[in-house]
Amino acid sequence: MMLDVSLRHRLGAFTLDVQFRAPSGVTVLFGRSGSGKTSIVNAVAGLLIPDEGRIVSDERVLLDTAAGVRVKPHRRRLGYIFQEGRLFPHLTVRQNLGYGAWFAPKGAARADLAQVVDLLGLGALLERRPAALSGGEKQRVAIGRALLAAPQLILADEPLAALDEARKAEILPYFERLRDSVSVPILYVSHSASEVARLATTVVAIEAGRVMAQGPAAEVLGNPAVLPTGAREAGAVLLARVVAHHADGLSELSAGGIPLLLPRVAAHPGASLRIRVAAHDVILARTRPEGLSALNILSGIIHEIRPGGGPGAIVAIDTAAGRVLSRVTRRSAAALGLAVGQEVHAVVKAVAVATTDIGAA
Amino acid sequence: MTDWLSPAEWDAVRLSLRVALWATLINLPVGIALAYALARGRFPGRGLLNVAVHLPLIMPPVVTGYLLLLGFGARGPIGGFFESSLGLSFAFRWTGAALAAGVMALPFMVRAVRLSIEAVDPRLEQAAATLGASRLWVFLTVTFPLIIPGILAGTVLTFAKGMGEFGATITFVSNIPGQTQTIPLAIDLLLETPGGEGRAARLAALSIALAASALALSEWLSRRVAARVGGQ
Repeated sequence: MMLDVSLRHRLGAFTLDVQFRAPSGVTVLFGRSGSGKTSIVNAVAGLLIPDEGRIVSDERVLLDTAAGVRVKPHRRRLGYIFQEGRLFPHLTVRQNLGYGAWFAPKGAARADLAQVVDLLGLGALLERRPAALSGGEKQRVAIGRALLAAPQLILADEPLAALDEARKAEILPYFERLRDSVSVPILYVSHSASEVARLATTVVAIEAGRVMAQGPAAEVLGNPAVLPTGAREAGAVLLARVVAHHADGLSELSAGGIPLLLPRVAAHPGASLRIRVAAHDVILARTRPEGLSALNILSGIIHEIRPGGGPGAIVAIDTAAGRVLSRVTRRSAAALGLAVGQEVHAVVKAVAVATTDIGAA
Repeated sequence: MTDWLSPAEWDAVRLSLRVALWATLINLPVGIALAYALARGRFPGRGLLNVAVHLPLIMPPVVTGYLLLLGFGARGPIGGFFESSLGLSFAFRWTGAALAAGVMALPFMVRAVRLSIEAVDPRLEQAAATLGASRLWVFLTVTFPLIIPGILAGTVLTFAKGMGEFGATITFVSNIPGQTQTIPLAIDLLLETPGGEGRAARLAALSIALAASALALSEWLSRRVAARVGGQ
């Protein structure tokens, strides 16, 4: 399963010119608002016809402007999860869920209603109408409706952006389960670094209508040159396994054999997690610090130092646990004499890692 | 009851109901299609179509009746076509009265339905398309259910207009008892007849009652629809 997208489109003074490939799993189009992400998804859905482009989903040509092919949206076999849900107000939750299934080809392999209801916890809502649902519930129904349409491609346009933090935390795990339970590509638009870190299999970083970088999530997020939403949001992703929960409220994890101590995580020992470590929460030391309250010290080699536009710089360090980014001032970098190839010690305070930045791997 | 109105006047009441009913039945599909085209369509001549639909509202009814006579009369091009191909003639018959009422009421139907189509979020229709619904299915399963209140409003207006149309009807099909003499035409005649004021007043009261009942019925129906759409 693979989606290939190549587009060129003018929107006023703005030009969209992108080319990327989305394999199975979640491909996040990551960038600021106004960078053209939604236009890309709408072009894939057929709701926007670009000036030039070619979109191929698993050898099915959805759009080829050169060859005059423009498959209508209703024939593209999509499941589109919109930011505002867009549930049909005159239908019950059950009827909303069944809407796409009714139009799907008879022989299509489709998700089972009971399974989806169970996966998304919709059992108690089936006979209600959208007006009687909370924002989070609506979004769960929208996910189910997309899934049950037997899609060959799932699109999600900032599906969490309209929700408050608590609702986001409620819905994100459902997307993690979706990623792990369906084989079709999921194209997911986001401007939130923590959503990207938790969900993305592949990241396509978009800036001003162009692709800055694309590739596996850890690689793109660990590249200090790719900060589509700014240095403030920089952060690398570590893969870790839960080792044990300790009596003092900390959980012990292992990232590439390096122990990490974090506030109690909601996962059983043995579970694999993705942990986003924000660059501004990482302190650097030339010598291994002692007598320090911070619990996690990751030693590694400086891979790159990237000065920002302001007083800061992003330092990328390769450790045994994985790539870590640290945001320091240029003054500190100079005072410490930091240089590429040098050994440093990255200090991560346990409580600095927010629970919203930890997700299932 | 028979003393209350004469048999000829009961004929007028029955005829008015029949004329209004047929005008409404024909206007429903035509009006909804026109309203959809005007609200969602982008085609050359859309502005012209809009003007044409609204003409009966702004022209003197007599002029509308005169144009109907020219087009749909026994020797008119469209009337001749209907006569020869379907055996349907409009001249001086109740069918002509229904046509006049329908044409006069069309702008009311189209305006009511068009407003409600424009109030439907096009993003819902897009969502339906991404889920596999063709344009026709989108209309039938999303747009139509959401505009039922507007259709009901248009239906009542059309029915009321059909019950009360005067100018175009009398110009097009004249005032023939039992054929084209609807309630307003009967009232008009009674007022010119010595001693007819009492019966004219009773017919007037009856037509007010009929119009009010139609309105009450549609209010009740649209409250039920609204409760379904916005409800729990």
